[in-house]
Amino acid sequence: MLEVEGLHAHYGRAHILQGVTLAARQGEVVALLGRNGAGKSTTMKSIMGLVRPSQGQVRFEGRDLAGREPFEIARAGIGYVPEERRIFTELTVMENLDVGRRPPRPGQEAWTEERVFALFPSLGAMRARPGGRMSGGEQQMLTIGRTLMGNPRLILLDEPSEGLAPVIIERMADAILALKRDGLTVLLSEQNLHFARLVSDRACVLEKGMIRWEGTLEALMADEAVKQQYLVA
Amino acid sequence: MVQGLSGLASASSLFLVASGLTVIFGVTRIVNFAHGSLYMMGAYLSWTLVTALPRGHLGFWGGVLVAALIVGVIGVLIEVLLLRRIYKAPELFQLLGTFGVVLIVQDVALMIWGPQDLLGPRAPGLRGAVEILGVRFPLYELFLIAVGPVVLGLLWLLFHRTRWGTTVRAATADREMVGALGVNQRMLFTTVFFLGSVLAGLGGALQLPRESVNLQMDLAIIAEAFVVVVIGGLGSLPGAFLAALLLGQLQAFGILIFPKITLVLAFLVMAVVLVVRPHGLLGRPPASAHAAHVVEPPYPPATPLARNLGFAALALAVLVPPFMGEFALIVFTEIAIMVLFAASLHFIMGPGGMASFGHAAYFGLGAYGAALLAKHFAAPMELGLFAAPLMAGFAGVVFGWFCVRLSGVYAAMLTLAFAQIAWSTAFQWVEITGGDNGILGVWPSAWAQPKLVYYYMALVLCVGVTLLLRRAIFAPFGYALRAGRDSPLRAEAIGMDGFRIRWVAFILAAIAAGIAGGLFAYAKGSVFPTYMAIPRSVDALLMVLLGGVQTVSGPIVGALAYTWIHEQLMRSFDLWRLFLGSVIVALVLFFPQGLVGAAQRLTERRK
Repeated sequence: MLEVEGLHAHYGRAHILQGVTLAARQGEVVALLGRNGAGKSTTMKSIMGLVRPSQGQVRFEGRDLAGREPFEIARAGIGYVPEERRIFTELTVMENLDVGRRPPRPGQEAWTEERVFALFPSLGAMRARPGGRMSGGEQQMLTIGRTLMGNPRLILLDEPSEGLAPVIIERMADAILALKRDGLTVLLSEQNLHFARLVSDRACVLEKGMIRWEGTLEALMADEAVKQQYLVA
Repeated sequence: MVQGLSGLASASSLFLVASGLTVIFGVTRIVNFAHGSLYMMGAYLSWTLVTALPRGHLGFWGGVLVAALIVGVIGVLIEVLLLRRIYKAPELFQLLGTFGVVLIVQDVALMIWGPQDLLGPRAPGLRGAVEILGVRFPLYELFLIAVGPVVLGLLWLLFHRTRWGTTVRAATADREMVGALGVNQRMLFTTVFFLGSVLAGLGGALQLPRESVNLQMDLAIIAEAFVVVVIGGLGSLPGAFLAALLLGQLQAFGILIFPKITLVLAFLVMAVVLVVRPHGLLGRPPASAHAAHVVEPPYPPATPLARNLGFAALALAVLVPPFMGEFALIVFTEIAIMVLFAASLHFIMGPGGMASFGHAAYFGLGAYGAALLAKHFAAPMELGLFAAPLMAGFAGVVFGWFCVRLSGVYAAMLTLAFAQIAWSTAFQWVEITGGDNGILGVWPSAWAQPKLVYYYMALVLCVGVTLLLRRAIFAPFGYALRAGRDSPLRAEAIGMDGFRIRWVAFILAAIAAGIAGGLFAYAKGSVFPTYMAIPRSVDALLMVLLGGVQTVSGPIVGALAYTWIHEQLMRSFDLWRLFLGSVIVALVLFFPQGLVGAAQRLTERRK
């Protein structure tokens, strides 16, 4: 469904991505792991077009999207949930969701506000609250819900567990598994190995802008050498 | 009472214009100088339509609405052809590019409607007057008073009750995120521009029964609209409404109390608000206004080629003039002065990284400093030339203290406001400054009367001060200035007082501009308020940008090229504004790094 091949990206003169290659199959949850600064967020942003890749391909459902504008990539069916959440703080919960709304593909069951509230019940209780007056966990739910309103078929989740209380992290994991059951494909970046293990089928380990290791989560947990080399801070 | 009501009526039309400006800024982050031109177009177009259509309600109101819609379409054209390409450019380029549009529109309007003031018909059904507390008050004014709140209400509904409005508000906060959610920003920006332009056009069209339509409407309203938008907070609609009310009242009552300084009053209020609340009454600091801060590469020392070219130019400037006629000498003197003027602006813009849209203030104050001494105390030129930098430097101390606290668009607006204060003082304080008639008879001392002698004196002073400024750029002070520009936090962390360094730079630049202004006054023999007006500030900006902001020799090349082009244009074209405007727009679109910057890139590529 998603195939990223030889993706390079620069910030000014800094060469951040040095040929990232990874893939996600329909309905799969893939975890992108690695230390701070390994290039996880940049990989996500390059797929989304927020960072213009200097080289490489991003194929989604057979179309090459590299170099396209973010709005075109979003309309092609990729949803992006940024690490900083980027809730519209002046807008209410309902309005935030409204901004994300996009028509579904024919045959796809459309996301509605009510469906988002079914996934994250606590949001339903604060429909008129401005985004700026929500807790970190609530904002994280809202930003995922906002992206779901666009009816994506692949969703990029950048560090969804960051800064959340353990209880909320569990709930977030349940939500991601529910989305997986609905057939959504998920690429998530994580530093929290425990969280990644709860939800992911497969892991790609990123270091200095390249994928260094790939395999199932079980294999990763068993491989102390890889964990030491790329994951432990 | 009646003053208060007529203040409310002016506030309404001001709000219409300012609301468009602020909505456009909120989403696109562009401060649209041409917004006043859209207002003027609205007035002219409605004049044409209303006088052509049959009289009556339909003819009048239909004409007004259609005019506003046509202005909306013109706004869309401007957005698609120009602004869309410069959304990522620095603020000054955007201001400058849209100012190019102002010039173009002025000449186009002149071609279509001619230079004379046009009077429109009165509004059908609202011709009469009502008696309020024993004073007759025109009905149309009452109607205008109602228009402001009604439009505010409609805009509120539009932004809070429609999905388009919600998206616009979201984009005002974080337009990149809105793009990542699948919203086509281009379409959004264009529609926002359409709305803003319609509001400006409507504001202009509704003025038709109130005052005559003329070619000065654009800059008059834009200066006020800037003040309103900045006081209210860029991007805030309720803020604009509040500020329009404040300003309308201020002007209505200011006329009663301080008839001489109504213009100054408005800008003074703005300066105070900006210092107390740097983002306006109801504004917020911009969330993600611009892309990551760019660090400029260090200035290379002059290459042997550049050095030789410089010496050659100087040799020409010294050796050729004895063989030239009077007129050529006058042009050469002016060029020498403009080189200094441009270099002084470059000093704060390039190494200082500060935007100034009102540098003419210091040039003009220098000129007035000399001329006032000559007029009121019959001071000789030597004293006048000493007073010029003193006066400009003093203004630099005061204005600079405010200006260097702000950055980006707000700094540009504040410098503009101070320049307008200086200009309106010269314009309105007739007893002292002679007002629009200026001060005449500012002649050099006997020994400097011959044009050749005066030229050499100007050359020595201008080249000398320019070289001093250049020396400062490469001195520790210049390093500190550039450090503060590129990473203010780090510079402060190693113990530099960024505020003081920028302030000193601002004062030095003001002094240098003052010297240029003083020399200019004696070269012309007279001074006028236009020395401090917006177009003169734009001249300086153009010279710097034409040469290239981030090059050291840029302002010199820019001043030479610009003064020469300007001279040629004024002499050979009636429609020089149209031409100059097009040149500005082309410069902004195709040479964002200026002539010297482009040349540097060429030679680098060849290496």
